[in-house]
Amino acid sequence: MFRSKGEKRLAFFAHIVMIVITLMALAPFLLMLAGSFTDDGVLIREGYRFIPSKFSLSAYEYLFNEWGQLGRAYLMTIIVTVVGTGTSVMITALASYALSQNNIPGLKLVFILFLIPMLFNGGIVATYINYTNTFDVKNSILAYIVPNYLVSAFNIILVRNYMRSSLPESLTEAAEIDGAGQFCIFFKIVLPLCKPILATTGLLTAVTYWNDWTNGLYYVTDSKLFTLQMLLDRMNKNVQFMASHSDSALVGAGVNLPTISIRMAIAVVGILPIVITYPFFQKYFESGITLGAVKG
Amino acid sequence: MSKKRKKTKFNWRRALPVYIMLMPAVAYLIINNYIPMYGITIAFRKLDYKLGILKSPFNGLENFKFLFASGNLGPILRNTILYNIAFMVVGTVFPITVAILFNEIRCKLAKKFYQTTILMPYLMSMVIVSYLVFAFLSSDTGFINKSILEPLFHKSIPFYQEKKYWPFILVFVNQWKGIGFSMVLYLSALSSISPEYYEAAKIDGASKWQQIRYITLPSLKTMVITMTILNIAKICTSDFGLFYQIPKNSGPLYSVTQTIDTYVYNALMNQNNISMSSAASVFQALVGFVLVLLSNFIIRKINPDDAMF
Repeated sequence: MFRSKGEKRLAFFAHIVMIVITLMALAPFLLMLAGSFTDDGVLIREGYRFIPSKFSLSAYEYLFNEWGQLGRAYLMTIIVTVVGTGTSVMITALASYALSQNNIPGLKLVFILFLIPMLFNGGIVATYINYTNTFDVKNSILAYIVPNYLVSAFNIILVRNYMRSSLPESLTEAAEIDGAGQFCIFFKIVLPLCKPILATTGLLTAVTYWNDWTNGLYYVTDSKLFTLQMLLDRMNKNVQFMASHSDSALVGAGVNLPTISIRMAIAVVGILPIVITYPFFQKYFESGITLGAVKG
Repeated sequence: MSKKRKKTKFNWRRALPVYIMLMPAVAYLIINNYIPMYGITIAFRKLDYKLGILKSPFNGLENFKFLFASGNLGPILRNTILYNIAFMVVGTVFPITVAILFNEIRCKLAKKFYQTTILMPYLMSMVIVSYLVFAFLSSDTGFINKSILEPLFHKSIPFYQEKKYWPFILVFVNQWKGIGFSMVLYLSALSSISPEYYEAAKIDGASKWQQIRYITLPSLKTMVITMTILNIAKICTSDFGLFYQIPKNSGPLYSVTQTIDTYVYNALMNQNNISMSSAASVFQALVGFVLVLLSNFIIRKINPDDAMF
């Protein structure tokens, strides 16, 4: 395509703006990475720098020795994310398929039941009392999974609309004539055909679970049950947290904690899985954003 | 969308599995959303721990009167609303400008690289962002104090103690984290503009600026209006993570960083003041409800397709 001089100049300007913004997006991560590899003494003198003047692995060595705590937090996060996302996708898909049916009495009413929570909620305190008094989830793995995130009425409506618009009716009807029951149709036909939309909503749910620290903040006090985000949150408030909750006698006693670099090292360890997997799920992630935002 | 299905006689063999499929989701909504609605009554009760929170006697609007009289609500409401307005303005103007510029770039590889990188902060939890901000702002080891101010012989700034910087910091951090997200949205809106308009404009000799002014911006109008109204509906809610993690819940900063959500958290979890926090959270829920209804009504008038109901 022919491009005028003005257009080329504008494109050049656009490149510069984008490079500046990209650098601004990256810079904090680079500073964090550099900080985690810097010697603690140098950090106290010079602060966090992009190019460390003295390289050191002591923060990572400390984390490695403390792997008991960190590893448990990792495992906890993975369990919460996998179980939470799996359950969420299953419940969402079932309800969406049910709601996509026609001529079944009562579905309109149920649909309204799903809409109301999108408009009105009891507020934070009511939810808190609900999950501590009425249903006690405190200090259990359920505390991370159940409150707020498990089922989103919005996702159900999204998936239902997808099913209505892109599942050929003749397909389910043919299966019905062949004598397949509803559950058989759901598992054998509907689920495989809805993979794209379920992958998208599931991915957003998984990121929510992986990143969540608020449920833990409200409902979990037992440090044995901490997820990665909870550990990061505690370390943020008190950098000695890991040392004071250490279960290896070796580290807890007298070994010097590299307090300044460890802040950054633990954050690096915390974001590593997301940064590594991000390029693979970016496409779904972007489509999830456009899907969700219009009516979000 | 769906064609009308043939009316068939109601049969249990078809309907029963549908009801069973709905059960988990309905049960969850009852537990997570409907039962807490009863908890709203906490805001209207005089708490008596002997009787239990949900059985305490009612005392009308006493808790609300106390909340208004305490002088707490004014500043937190002001913060919540002003920050939301700032986020709205910055979060509309800036991403649109960047998205339009981004669209001028032809190199696919560069585009992919820019977009991937810019979206990354959006994936990070607020705890991580708080670490990143700390690396810049810490008074002992922060990059700004140690590597910028110190070489300039400027005395170091204790950011986590000084209020005046925080409105800028919070707006900046919010935009830093959110720009990738908004860009994806606006780029999808831009890609739906038919290229024929631009070709026709070019033939008529329209300059690049004229094309943007008379084709691009008008096509984004409905989206901007819809997003703004949706944001206004949420003007009383704030991103708890942003206001709790980024200022590290620092006391001296409360007057410029506390919003309804952080106030409710602190009153509930740190001061154990259930009456006040529930009054504030019910206030927020009610205002939110009214605003959602109102905004949906307006959207329905302007652009019925985007209306929620």
